[in-house]
Amino acid sequence: MVPLWFYLIVAAALFSMGTFGVLSRRNGVAVLMSVELMLNAVNINLVAFWRYLTPEKINGMAFAAFVFVVAAAEAAVGLAIIISVYRNRHSVIPEEADTLRG
Amino acid sequence: MEITIITIAFIVFSLISLVGAYGVVTCHNLFRGTIWLMVSLFGAAGMFVLLSAPFLAAVQVLVYIGAIAILFTFAVMLTRSVSNLKTRFNRLNINIAAAVALFALLVVGIIAPVFISNPNLQQPISTVTRTTIDLGESFGSGNSFALPFEVASLLLTATMIGAIVIARETDDEV
Repeated sequence: MVPLWFYLIVAAALFSMGTFGVLSRRNGVAVLMSVELMLNAVNINLVAFWRYLTPEKINGMAFAAFVFVVAAAEAAVGLAIIISVYRNRHSVIPEEADTLRG
Repeated sequence: MEITIITIAFIVFSLISLVGAYGVVTCHNLFRGTIWLMVSLFGAAGMFVLLSAPFLAAVQVLVYIGAIAILFTFAVMLTRSVSNLKTRFNRLNINIAAAVALFALLVVGIIAPVFISNPNLQQPISTVTRTTIDLGESFGSGNSFALPFEVASLLLTATMIGAIVIARETDDEV
């Protein structure tokens, strides 16, 4: 098999791209997509560490499965919020949802 | 290191994943962005297969590509009229620098000193791995992950109700 750090490099690159998307995209849906990329990179890391370091335990796979669940929940609620904000303000730009700004 | 079929498969899947991620963060049209997201997630599913976790690969395709990416497609279409924003990015140069710095920090600070230099952490310590059957048993066993599994199901139920309540159209909306 390929060395462990190949997977870590790919996951780090995916995470950095996701970070860039979260920081820079103006559209709220694109920000959520970038968050999904970051969660996906974390999942690759979890499974890679499980396979290479502790394959005799079940924890790595189970944690990756729970990350799937949390990612699904996050996407559903986040998109519901974006649709609600769009309906009220006709904008999907997070910076324009500033009702709570002090 | 000799070039094996696994190495070639890894390179192909990682390229699919990275190109998809690049498409997600740079595309003009967000509908294409969701397609790029599917491509990226598919590459990750291939990596799960290479890491001997076929169940997670199947869940990745079913849940991420089948459900979450479709959800994003719906969200893009429901907010269509402004999905082609004139400017795609805020503070582009600073954010590129931040992302590159984060990547460099991860590689130079963690991956290179710990995982590249240590020969014991290069290859799997054993060819025997836990299987999908073990994963299913751990979700049903009280000594293992039964409680987190139930909490996860509760979380999904609460999410479903919450998403419906948040996105529902009401008459007395402000």
